[in-house]
Amino acid sequence: MRSLLRFPLRKSLLGLAVGGALASAPVQAGEVEVLHWWTSGGEARAANVLKDLMEAEGHAWKDFAVAGGGGETAMTVLKSRAMSGNPPSAAQIKGPEIQEWGELGLLGNLDDVAKAEDWEGLLPEVVADIMRHDGQYVAVPVNVHRVNWLWANPEVLSEAGVEVPTSLDEMFAIADELRAAGVIPLAHGGQPWQDATVFETVVLAEAGTDFYRRALVELDPEALNSETMVDALTTFKRMRTLMDDGMSGRDWNIATSMVIGGQAAMQLMGDWAKGEFTAAGLTPGEDYVCVPAPGTESAFTFNIDSLAMFKASDDEAQVAQDDLARLVLEPTFQEAFNLAKGSIPARADLDMSDFDSCAQRSMADFQATSESGGLVPSMAHGMAVRASVQGAIFDVVTNFFNDPNMSPEAAAERLANAGSSLL
Amino acid sequence: MSTSLSPERAARVPVKRSALAFLTDWIPRLVLAPSVAVSLFFVYGFMIWTFVLSLTNSRMLPSYDFVGFAQYAQLMANDRWWVAATNLVVFGGLFVGICLVLGALLAILLDQRIRQEGSLRTVYLYPMALSFIVTGVVWKWLLNPSLGLQAMVRGWGFEDFTFDWLVDPDMAVYTLVIAAVWQASGFVMALFLAGLRGIDDSIIKAAQLDGASLPRIYARVVMPCLRPVVFSAVMILSHIAIKSFDLVVALTGGGPGYASDLPATFMYTHAFTRAQIGLGSASAMLMLGGVLAILIPYLYSELRSRRHG
Repeated sequence: MRSLLRFPLRKSLLGLAVGGALASAPVQAGEVEVLHWWTSGGEARAANVLKDLMEAEGHAWKDFAVAGGGGETAMTVLKSRAMSGNPPSAAQIKGPEIQEWGELGLLGNLDDVAKAEDWEGLLPEVVADIMRHDGQYVAVPVNVHRVNWLWANPEVLSEAGVEVPTSLDEMFAIADELRAAGVIPLAHGGQPWQDATVFETVVLAEAGTDFYRRALVELDPEALNSETMVDALTTFKRMRTLMDDGMSGRDWNIATSMVIGGQAAMQLMGDWAKGEFTAAGLTPGEDYVCVPAPGTESAFTFNIDSLAMFKASDDEAQVAQDDLARLVLEPTFQEAFNLAKGSIPARADLDMSDFDSCAQRSMADFQATSESGGLVPSMAHGMAVRASVQGAIFDVVTNFFNDPNMSPEAAAERLANAGSSLL
Repeated sequence: MSTSLSPERAARVPVKRSALAFLTDWIPRLVLAPSVAVSLFFVYGFMIWTFVLSLTNSRMLPSYDFVGFAQYAQLMANDRWWVAATNLVVFGGLFVGICLVLGALLAILLDQRIRQEGSLRTVYLYPMALSFIVTGVVWKWLLNPSLGLQAMVRGWGFEDFTFDWLVDPDMAVYTLVIAAVWQASGFVMALFLAGLRGIDDSIIKAAQLDGASLPRIYARVVMPCLRPVVFSAVMILSHIAIKSFDLVVALTGGGPGYASDLPATFMYTHAFTRAQIGLGSASAMLMLGGVLAILIPYLYSELRSRRHG
């Protein structure tokens, strides 16, 4: 009896709710649904900035955050949405993956916004290239992470009586003193992507940006299977002597906390590591030091998050999407987002006085290297080659790093195969 | 599905009776039909789809550009696949074998009508209640050379003690065996214990009267009676072994390098994170083939011998 009485009531409530939603819809100019995995504290705050900006423009923001390391889960969700013909308006897609989505014919065209806002002038050519598919802008960069950083604990270094190294040779040279002081010279997590991060940094330090580009971006088999690569691989393997036994499978943030806690002296990691130092209440320049990875001062390996735009279903959605693309590159969002996330803005013309010294250094180097040609995409972070090739390179690199019996010559040969053998 | 009957049948039996008979005939089928349809579609349908995908050059999303068996050829040429396949043989064999022996042994010991049997049984069975992710993380800490066992024993003063399987590419797969055996042997023990309790006492008494020793009774009388238990234990354990994924992810992450990769993690990595759905599907089909190659003969021999025996 009770349920009979309740039923009409519930129905009318539902009717009211639906009516209300319909009535309020025309007020909104359009709706954007953004798939991202900025779900940790700082990141979520950063994403909220964009939401507020969009809502200030009168658009509705539908958050589509999928948590899960490195966005693997989010990508799976995105693929199933795209396959069922219902992709979100924008998704956090980066690097060569933008090209793969572009080839599927799913991405929209942002050329109008790009022209109106002069993206050509704002973005370095290397960066703009990644945002374009078939000559058209299809994505917009959100931030720039620098990958080739060395993080060090100055207190530990000075107790051992050594300086922050500026070359790989110096790094090997101070290892004994650090060991003698009971400290692990280099904190590392033995996961394939971390091995690859160290590997690409060593390649950059040993062989320079031109070789890096030929080998790890263009996948030139001659460069991959060259004497230079063998030398770089030999040095890479030698990096192992700086690390501890327990590194296997360790997460990067655990490695960072070893530097914070003083069990380890240094870590080679991208600038997201700064988040850990900040969370521990440390000040850059005093409590911890950030310098370009030894031997790579004149280079900048970037890892850029971007939002790729899917084809809009109607005009309203198109307007909302264009506004989203414009807002993402506007100073307000770039500053607020990157201050919260610890990265640097993707456009080079902003006032950096609110940022910390690491970010200021990063920005200066970003500008300098984009002019000098030292700006290169990070292979380890999916900016240089497609996921399948990247995976094949990871396999070789991590296997070589962990297998005491594999010669650098054999690894170089397998690298060349990895670059060329995929369907 | 109409309720009308064929004319002959309606003529032969009274209407009321035949409606009942009809219902008794059809209700089980009707009730089962949805689940059969669902499993046909979601299990066998997807198996076929996976096979179709394995013949295409699908990368990030499924495509239907057929390339024949090229993905299989590429898989055969892939070092990492062979590492994963070999690991499965090593891991699966050791895991099933050790669990069976250990489980049977524990069950026999517990079966000696000892005191506190209930609480002991719980102690042994408890690991099964944990998720493999938890087991993996705990053993990861225990086996980590600079945190766990090795550090502890060295801390006691045995400076040369080394137990670094977790970070040794040649030994990492055995750490998976350790953790998985720890988790599942209690469960096998419970299965065997139930089996042992089900054996008729009089057979054992008869054997004792004939002067058989205790080990001999177990080997010749009890164990053969437990054949169905062994059968179900092998079935359950081998499917745990083949689908092992969470344990690898939590314990070794497939590392060091990819030394402890299993086909399940290989498949996941390639299909979902490396945009090689074609290759991933091919590896999934080979996994299926491997399972069938082992299970079908085993099922066949077990089911046939039981019918005859």
